[in-house]
Amino acid sequence: MARRITYMQAINEALRQEMERDESVVVFGEDNVGGTGAPGEDDAWGGVMGVTKGLYPHFPDRVIDTPISESAFIGAAAGAACSGLRPVAELMFVDFFGVCMDQIYNQAAKFRYMFGGKAVTPMVIRTMYGAGIRAAAQHSQSLYPIFTHIPGLKVVVPSNPYDAKGLMIASIRDDDPVIFFENKVLYTMEGEVPEEPYEIPLGEAEYVREGDDVTIVAIGRMVSMAEQAAEALSGEGIECEIVDPRTTSPLDEETIFESVENTGRLVVVDEANPRCSLATDIAARVAENCFDDLKAAPKMVTAPHTPPPFSPTLEDLYVPDPERVAAAVREVTGAGARA
Amino acid sequence: MTEVAGAQELGKEQLLDAYRTMRTIREFEERLHVEFATGEIPGFVHLYAGEEAIAAGVMAHLDADDYIASTHRGHGHAIAKGCDVKGMMKEIYGKADGLCHGKGGSMHIADLDKGMLGANGIVGGGPPLVCGVGLSAKVRGTNQVAVSFTGDGGSNQGTTLESMNLAAVWDLPVVFVIENNGYAEATSTNFSTKGLDIAKRADGFGIPGVVVDGHDFFAVYEAAGEAIRRAREGGGPSLIECKVNRYYGHFEGDAQTYRAPNEVENIRQEKDCLMLFRQRVTSAGLVEDGELDRIDEEVKQLIDESVEEGKASPEPGEEYLLTDVYVSY
Amino acid sequence: MSETQQLSKLGMPKWGLSMTEGTLIEWLIEEGTEVSQGDEVVEVESEKINNVVEAPTSGVLRRRVAKEGEVIPVGGMLGVIADPSVPDEEVDAYVEEFQSTFVPEQEEAGGPEPASVEVNGRNIQYLEMGEGGVPLVLIPGYGGDINIWVFNQEVLSAERAVYAVDLPGHGGSSKDAGDGDLDFFVEVLAGFLDSQGIEKAHLAGHSMGGAVAAAFAMAHPDRVASATLIASAGLGEEINADYIEGFIAANRRKEMKNVLGLLFADPDLVTRQLVNDVLQYKRKDGVDEALRTIADKVFPDGKQAGVPDVADISVPVLAIWGDKDEIVPVEHTGNLPDHARIEVIEGKGHSVQMEAAGKVNRLVSGFLAEQD
Repeated sequence: MARRITYMQAINEALRQEMERDESVVVFGEDNVGGTGAPGEDDAWGGVMGVTKGLYPHFPDRVIDTPISESAFIGAAAGAACSGLRPVAELMFVDFFGVCMDQIYNQAAKFRYMFGGKAVTPMVIRTMYGAGIRAAAQHSQSLYPIFTHIPGLKVVVPSNPYDAKGLMIASIRDDDPVIFFENKVLYTMEGEVPEEPYEIPLGEAEYVREGDDVTIVAIGRMVSMAEQAAEALSGEGIECEIVDPRTTSPLDEETIFESVENTGRLVVVDEANPRCSLATDIAARVAENCFDDLKAAPKMVTAPHTPPPFSPTLEDLYVPDPERVAAAVREVTGAGARA
Repeated sequence: MTEVAGAQELGKEQLLDAYRTMRTIREFEERLHVEFATGEIPGFVHLYAGEEAIAAGVMAHLDADDYIASTHRGHGHAIAKGCDVKGMMKEIYGKADGLCHGKGGSMHIADLDKGMLGANGIVGGGPPLVCGVGLSAKVRGTNQVAVSFTGDGGSNQGTTLESMNLAAVWDLPVVFVIENNGYAEATSTNFSTKGLDIAKRADGFGIPGVVVDGHDFFAVYEAAGEAIRRAREGGGPSLIECKVNRYYGHFEGDAQTYRAPNEVENIRQEKDCLMLFRQRVTSAGLVEDGELDRIDEEVKQLIDESVEEGKASPEPGEEYLLTDVYVSY
Repeated sequence: MSETQQLSKLGMPKWGLSMTEGTLIEWLIEEGTEVSQGDEVVEVESEKINNVVEAPTSGVLRRRVAKEGEVIPVGGMLGVIADPSVPDEEVDAYVEEFQSTFVPEQEEAGGPEPASVEVNGRNIQYLEMGEGGVPLVLIPGYGGDINIWVFNQEVLSAERAVYAVDLPGHGGSSKDAGDGDLDFFVEVLAGFLDSQGIEKAHLAGHSMGGAVAAAFAMAHPDRVASATLIASAGLGEEINADYIEGFIAANRRKEMKNVLGLLFADPDLVTRQLVNDVLQYKRKDGVDEALRTIADKVFPDGKQAGVPDVADISVPVLAIWGDKDEIVPVEHTGNLPDHARIEVIEGKGHSVQMEAAGKVNRLVSGFLAEQD
């Protein structure tokens, strides 16, 4: 059958194929080579998790290590994007955005608008997010809502290897700055991925599963949580439709609304903290646009409003799991439903 | 006969061009000072008057496809890099025909086609950007150089220091110009920057750093020439600190009560860059007064027209609100 | 075992390599209804289109075991057909025994997989099933791939080796479509037959694949045992240009669903999965360019170009059409040679080999048997 590779390999392959296709694509970040200037091997690390491993030998002039200076090199990505390159810069963990946010939201995000359309800023910031590897409060957050809030940025949160490759290629080819969120737990997830390069348009949600009873909108790693819940609920006679937005900006509201119009019920599963999140945003948009179709109030399943805890016991409680998703689905399909 | 450093390599046309650049900036800023007081110009404007020799002295070495990143005090850099003066004025008036269709304003004047990466409302915003341009030039194998202008205030931002290090380790064709005009907003450099010249910080990054008199076009011209040549030839980044003064407040409307009485008047009389330039080139017999006077008149007319057209130019229509950006909702 | 003759399982079919289960959409007949072999009994949603399961034998539909909306693994029991003489208890026991012993086939169980071969410098993907006999080569149409034969290939491979081939620019083959005209595809097909050591084959083509088959039969009559032309292009000038241009332009699910709907008399048969599969193909680098190149050569200005005088085809010809075909008019069959057999299936559209798979399979199977 079709070839299966991991989420991490899919991203690596997308980077390699785009670097082969287009000489203006450059990759840089902390330890993206991971051996520059050291006495041992070049390409020793290939990124802290190994996502860029193997690129340097192919493209020694275009895979570049950086000092630990996020504001300088993320800003450099913006400057490079304005002057003929298509940089893919790595912000190792999205939790580090605090030291370089100005470069992202005041500089890169605004150039095209602020300069009256005279600038394009074709850059991608790859960044890891999410809890699940006991990395504690400063290496585990799901901060895509913050970036989704900023006009001028596009925000991509792939949930599987096939999407990761196609969305990465589309992100590199896009003329706007794209923040590409990679879930560190999903790196080892396997799936069918064509060898050829292909694009998935930014702003197109995917139906992961079809069903008539409840719409579950799930983001990133939460898609697999929703799938497990849906499988269990199917045994109870509740058929869930799962919609994966794939990109939170642009957000494919049309598909979400279409599904809710059919099911009349909405559960949003978002690993981010609950306030001003994708969960609140999608619930609000559905309430505003599909009110007459709703048979029950939308329900949100999110992390609690706390930093991610370190203790494995606590962290497992922090991340939404299939049981919590299923409980929310039972709630919207059961008592309290409007006619 | 007075010694004019650097003048040997400048022909007469170049001298006249440099003068025209400085005069255009001065006239542009002096006129904005007047017009802003009428209340017709929206928002903030930060005037570059007094610092013209830096923009003109650096830009004299840059080609059209070289890049600069500027500051919130960016009009002078834009004019010297070749941005259309009338388009700039319209932009400052917030008009549809402005360089950025009225969506940027004084603090974000940009013209990528001219290599002007934008005035920047964020202090220390520019240095990372020119690292990117330098990387771009290096990867694409072009000869381009990128220059960032930063104030003494911006010199204390992490971005500036990080960028100097990044440019050094990546060996980029970049020049960092620090325009030290003595004040970060209302805070004196004497308070905010302890000890040595800012240029000395270059030592910490292993790059050359020099101090020059920012009132002296020829001093800036010479130092910038060396740094830009080095960058173009693959010799890596440099830092130039230009000691200078601004003639107006941090922004228009600033009463400048933090400054000494007659501080600006004295500088205008003793160190004005246009005055110094005129003295030197005429006393050296390189240019005649009448030639410079003619430029003064032409520039005055250009700025008169710019203001007139800026005022008369149409407002952006509602449709401009949602263009040039991805908009959902 | 006489029991098996009297009691027959109506099973969940396996339509395509990746199908592991299907959803029962609707029973088309009541329990107790008499059926003949080949009658449509129940509608099932597969990955490609919704399709009907036909009665495997004649008898009475004694039990509707699976419910509407239920997901059943491939090989699982949908219902039971039996002779009216079989007592109810025996039917119930049959159901119970099956359900208690049935183990769904593991996904990993290796069935045939597509392979690739280099032909004239291009990678050509094909799927081979069955063996022996004069082989049959299935040629998909414009934008189609080996999956369009998902309801046909396995059935037809009971009698011979059957190859389904992705044309250049399509499916899993190289996306470089060369000149993109019929001559080019004929050359590729010849190279493919050589690569498989096939001297002579039956050809069956759908739509533009039919045009390729016809052109090949005229260019190399010695290598063609027969040509089955299904809703075939290449027989006349008319073509639905809206479909061709719409297929090239569509990049979103909704657009693509509308375009694919034109292929069927009942557009609701198009599943989200089929739409997704086609979009996944279309989003690969080089596909849009290939489709454009081919369209400009084969269907320029909304018409078919370079239509040969098909009256000259010397090999045996079977033409199959749905009378609701919205893409290529059924009237084009009038241009075929007199010896051609023409079968028009009522109430079906352009992709008649999917929409009326059972009938098409029987027609093709019978026709090929006569030629061997």
